[in-house]
Amino acid sequence: MKHLLSINDLSKVDAISILDTAQELARVSDGPMKKLPTLRGRTIVNLFAEDSTRTRISFEAAAKRLSADVINFSSKGSSISKGESLKDTAQTLQAMGADAVIIRHSASGAAQRLADSKWMSGSVINAGDGTHEHPSQALLDAFTIRKHLSKGATDLAGLRVAIVGDVLHSRVARSNVLLLSKLGAQVVLVAPPTLLPVGIESWPCQISYDLDEVIASVDAIMMLRIQLERMSEMYFPNAREYSRYFGLNSDRIRAMKAEAIVMHPGPMNRGLEITADAADGARSVIVEQVANGVSIRMAILYLLLAGNQEIAENGVSS
Amino acid sequence: MSLALPAPDIARALIRISHEILERNSGSANITLLGIPTRGAHLAKRIASAIESIEGTSVQMGTLDITLHRDDLRMRAPRALMPTVIPSLGVEGRDVVLVDDVLFSGRTIRAALDALGEIGRPKSVQLAVLVDRGHRQLPIRADFVGKNLPTSIEQSVVVHLTELDGADEVLIEGPLP
Amino acid sequence: MKNGNYLLTGLTLPNGSKSDIAISAGKITEIAPNLIAAEGFTKVDLAGSIALPGLVDLHTHLREPGKEDAETVLSGTMAAAKGGFVAVSAMANTSPVADTAGVVEQVFALGQSAGFADVFPIGAVTEGLKGENLAEIGAMADSRARVRVFSDDGSCVFDPLVMRRALEYVKKFDGVIAQHAQDPRLTQGAQMNEGEISSRLGLKGWPAVAEEAIIARDVLLADHVQSRLHICHLTTAGGVEIIRWAKARGISVTAEVTPHHLLLTDESALSYDPIFKVNPPLRTQKDVEALREGLADGTIDIVATDHAPHPAEAKECEWQEAAFGMLGLESALSIINQTMVTTGLMNWETVADRMSYAPAKIARYAEHGKALTVGAIANITLINPAQSYRVDRDLVASRSRNTPFHGMDLQGAVTATFFRGLPTFLNGKLASIHEGSPESAGK
Repeated sequence: MKHLLSINDLSKVDAISILDTAQELARVSDGPMKKLPTLRGRTIVNLFAEDSTRTRISFEAAAKRLSADVINFSSKGSSISKGESLKDTAQTLQAMGADAVIIRHSASGAAQRLADSKWMSGSVINAGDGTHEHPSQALLDAFTIRKHLSKGATDLAGLRVAIVGDVLHSRVARSNVLLLSKLGAQVVLVAPPTLLPVGIESWPCQISYDLDEVIASVDAIMMLRIQLERMSEMYFPNAREYSRYFGLNSDRIRAMKAEAIVMHPGPMNRGLEITADAADGARSVIVEQVANGVSIRMAILYLLLAGNQEIAENGVSS
Repeated sequence: MSLALPAPDIARALIRISHEILERNSGSANITLLGIPTRGAHLAKRIASAIESIEGTSVQMGTLDITLHRDDLRMRAPRALMPTVIPSLGVEGRDVVLVDDVLFSGRTIRAALDALGEIGRPKSVQLAVLVDRGHRQLPIRADFVGKNLPTSIEQSVVVHLTELDGADEVLIEGPLP
Repeated sequence: MKNGNYLLTGLTLPNGSKSDIAISAGKITEIAPNLIAAEGFTKVDLAGSIALPGLVDLHTHLREPGKEDAETVLSGTMAAAKGGFVAVSAMANTSPVADTAGVVEQVFALGQSAGFADVFPIGAVTEGLKGENLAEIGAMADSRARVRVFSDDGSCVFDPLVMRRALEYVKKFDGVIAQHAQDPRLTQGAQMNEGEISSRLGLKGWPAVAEEAIIARDVLLADHVQSRLHICHLTTAGGVEIIRWAKARGISVTAEVTPHHLLLTDESALSYDPIFKVNPPLRTQKDVEALREGLADGTIDIVATDHAPHPAEAKECEWQEAAFGMLGLESALSIINQTMVTTGLMNWETVADRMSYAPAKIARYAEHGKALTVGAIANITLINPAQSYRVDRDLVASRSRNTPFHGMDLQGAVTATFFRGLPTFLNGKLASIHEGSPESAGK
């Protein structure tokens, strides 16, 4: 595996190996070893053409714990904000000798374009492209669910996970549907019909328009951020009505299974898709998701960059 | 392929190493055994139980995965990480005995020393190996050796252990020296 | 060489009969088997080729004036000649927009002086393609370019009142409104066909209904005002149904389909390579099949290329940043052979109709779309259906390289194009019909 562009790039075995590696790395990071020499001398570029502080610093922390040199190339104050094309940016990074580019971009498919083009030769890691995918987020979500609920199993067989909200515009939802179902979980998407994409019947998941009908049956619930501009685009009448039908509040928390967990990829709109007591309550693993994000991203960087990919692909080892 | 060390020899060697470790360190009280996965971890476990039956007390024992400290990562396919388990008393001020199956170039042990350095500052670090096959590339030597096996660089030494491979044996593969 | 006397031998006519064709002074002088080359005639061996009446394209973007980095009238008509076309219709979305007599006359004149094909400008329906006020339709119709086809292509004439007025207005001179059917509200920010693939890729969907709703409205308007409507680049099975219904009702509507919509589907977008980004978007296999069927049974009247050149930087970028459109002229006939003839859906008589007779008739191009008969103007396209070739974007005559067929093997190669009795394309070489032509100036 050279790039991580989509969950479709991963087999079930690959995905479990990332989770297992992250688990070991988490143990290392929790212990006295904060810094590992593994990627010393490697140059990793954080190419963030869209603002995202949390994902950027998560990847940055992961890269630095593995001793890589990190260059941040974000939209503000760089040539991207002056309209430089993706091609020119990529060629610049190639000239600087980037071993990997972690790209966040508002255009769906930007990561794949970068990987498929001949503009640069390094690894490409998709840190969220438009409304397409966000594979590292799905991996950290799966990691979090596995840690809490799998009872020692390496996969998520038998678990039921609800993903609630703006599925239409959510790269987190797309990656999670693919990954969680690959790992054996049953996924149910809950949203108003306006926020579900056309053709969703072909996705490996169930669909519901009614959160109350679903809430008592799930082991984990993942709330998606709802953007306020969706109101002006008439996806739903107003915030109050959205919250009433699709928000997570204390009544719905009480209806959940005893051991069920509450997740959110952040940043949250408190009071809209999730109330403060739901976000901060005992079931919430939202803060832990952030910590797990660093371990998952270390695992991705390790597996993509530490080894020799040619040997990995040709199956030759000394 | 030839059999260099049959099962009874392996058992005897491990008992001897256990005695030597105890002798060198005047008992087991300050010893921490750290096996290097995969086979080193199993050997450490065997040495620990041998020491326990000799001394009648338990010994601090754990595993130290050195994958992330290897200097040859770029020359190999990425490998899965193995668990690192540091026993309750840690390594600070302890007499740490690293345990591995084969001592060859010395690079694994260098990586282990680096990994150990990140964890703490032991009083001493010693090395126990089942087989020393020579061809060192670094100034590293073992304190406790099960058997010295002269080999040519083209040969490879294969260690099988019951826990993983169903039998205890050390084999030499490839042309004779 | 250019005495204008040619004897084309070894041909098969659209009706399947074997024949030779003699050309002199721009006209067909003889059609019969086994002709002997008379004194002063150049014999051209075209064994294996089908002779078709010169192809006419009703939908071409030549980009001049304004975007000469992408294409010029010269380079675009060279591409046309290479693809077997003798007449192209230059769309109005240039800069400045072809919404005045001045611009259409300029484009017309550029075509005449290039000498690779007739260039018939299409006039804008509304000023600046803004969809608000009618452009000077009458002046364009009366100009030397004698514009008969009007279109805001690239934009839809969305306001139903404006569309009604335009349809009525062109009746004065037997004109036709060519509608780019796309509801702009339903396609805001749209990137590709709305369906399973767009949802998976996270690209904003372009629903079929956005096209079909406008077609349905406009056939009813055309019926109401008893005028001629032409639907550009039909792409959906539903659209074919509506046209079929309208024709059964006797409504005066015609429709076109592009070669790329007959071959490619929205699955091409899985690569995120914007070479496959086009307006209207590539649809599903079900739509492709309905379009092929519609073209075969005459519901869809013509093939039009929607040849849309773009410079490299407009495609070497993220999908959503990229320009819509793909090259079409040079590969059109091969794709029709591959999708319609080799599949048994159409014979060469029908190809002649869909690519020559019918487009010339819709646009009222009096000198074009005539059957190959003695005395007719010698506009002849020759294709060897057995010859296959691999498309190479570095070898196109167009100034741009944005062909989605790069690297594909296509079946059926244009072997020669005769325009007013002279070869504009022969033996792999392009030549203007004018003496001392700027043949090499195009590239």
